[in-house]
Amino acid sequence: MVNTSFAGRTYPPTPAYEVGREKIREFAEATGGHPVHLDPAAARALGHADVIAPPTFAVLIAQRSDRQFVMDPEAGIDYSRVVHGEQTFTHHRPIVAGDRLVAVLHVDAVRESGGHAMVTTRSEIATEAGEPVCTARSTLVVRGAGA
Amino acid sequence: MIGFDDVSVGDRLPGADFPVTRADLVRYCGASGDFNTIHWNERVAREVGLPDVIAHGMFTMATAVRVVTDWCGDPGAIVEYGVRFTKPVPVPDVGGAVVTVSAAIAIKDEGARTVRVDLTATVPGPGGAPVGVLGRARAVVRLT
Repeated sequence: MVNTSFAGRTYPPTPAYEVGREKIREFAEATGGHPVHLDPAAARALGHADVIAPPTFAVLIAQRSDRQFVMDPEAGIDYSRVVHGEQTFTHHRPIVAGDRLVAVLHVDAVRESGGHAMVTTRSEIATEAGEPVCTARSTLVVRGAGA
Repeated sequence: MIGFDDVSVGDRLPGADFPVTRADLVRYCGASGDFNTIHWNERVAREVGLPDVIAHGMFTMATAVRVVTDWCGDPGAIVEYGVRFTKPVPVPDVGGAVVTVSAAIAIKDEGARTVRVDLTATVPGPGGAPVGVLGRARAVVRLT
C-alpha cells in the first residue's frame, strides 16, 4: 500500500549533479544527436555558452531526486509494479555543460483509484546559487496487486 | 531558424519515421542509467505480461521531440515538453520497431512569442492500424 501521508512532503536539496560535456554527448547520441549537444562551436553559434543538454536530459537529475521518495520503504512503493504515466519538463533556461545542479523534490500528490496508486512528484532543479533551470514533473502509476 | 511570424496555427511540421532496435534500447539504458530488465530481456518482459521487450517511455519521448528540434533548429528553444505514456512500444529482436511522429502547431502565444506544437507518435498495431503510444504530447517552443 502506498503511504498517502507523503503527499505534500518536500525534501532537502540533493547533492549537486555536475553536467559534463561527454555525458551530454552520450545522452544525445542515444536519442538522436543535434550538433548543439555535441559541438561547442555549433552551440555558441546559436548563442549558448557551451553545448546544451537535450530536452529530456533533466530526467537523469529528476529520477535521482525521485528516488529519495520512491525507494523509501516507508513510502510503500513496490518498484516492480511502477509504470511511468506522465512526464513534463519546463525549461527556465537550457541546461549547459558545466552547470552544477541541485534538485528539491516535492511530492505533489499521492492518490489511489481503482486499486492503483498515482504518485505525482516535482523536482525543482536549480544551480547551486539558486537560479531556476528546470521544473520536472512526473506521474508514476503503481499497479495494484490484482492488476 | 523558423520565425514566429512565419508560422500559423494548423501548420504541419515535417514528420518522420524513427526505426528503433534492441541496440538503441541498450544504448539508452547506458546513457540514462535506467537498466529496468523489461527494456533488454525478452524472457523477463514476457514473464510480467508484456508482448516483448519494450522501449523506455522516456526514449520514445526523446525520439518524438526530434521532429520539433529538427524543425525549429535549436533544441534550446523548447521551453516546455510533456507527454503521457499511453501504450508500450514493443521492440522485437528481429526487425525492431518504427515510431511514426507527426506534429502541428496548435496555439500561438503572441505575448510570449511561443507556439505550442502538438505531437502524435504511433506504432503499427495488430493488423497494421496505427496505435498511439503518447498522449497529450505537447512542446512549447520560443521563436524569434
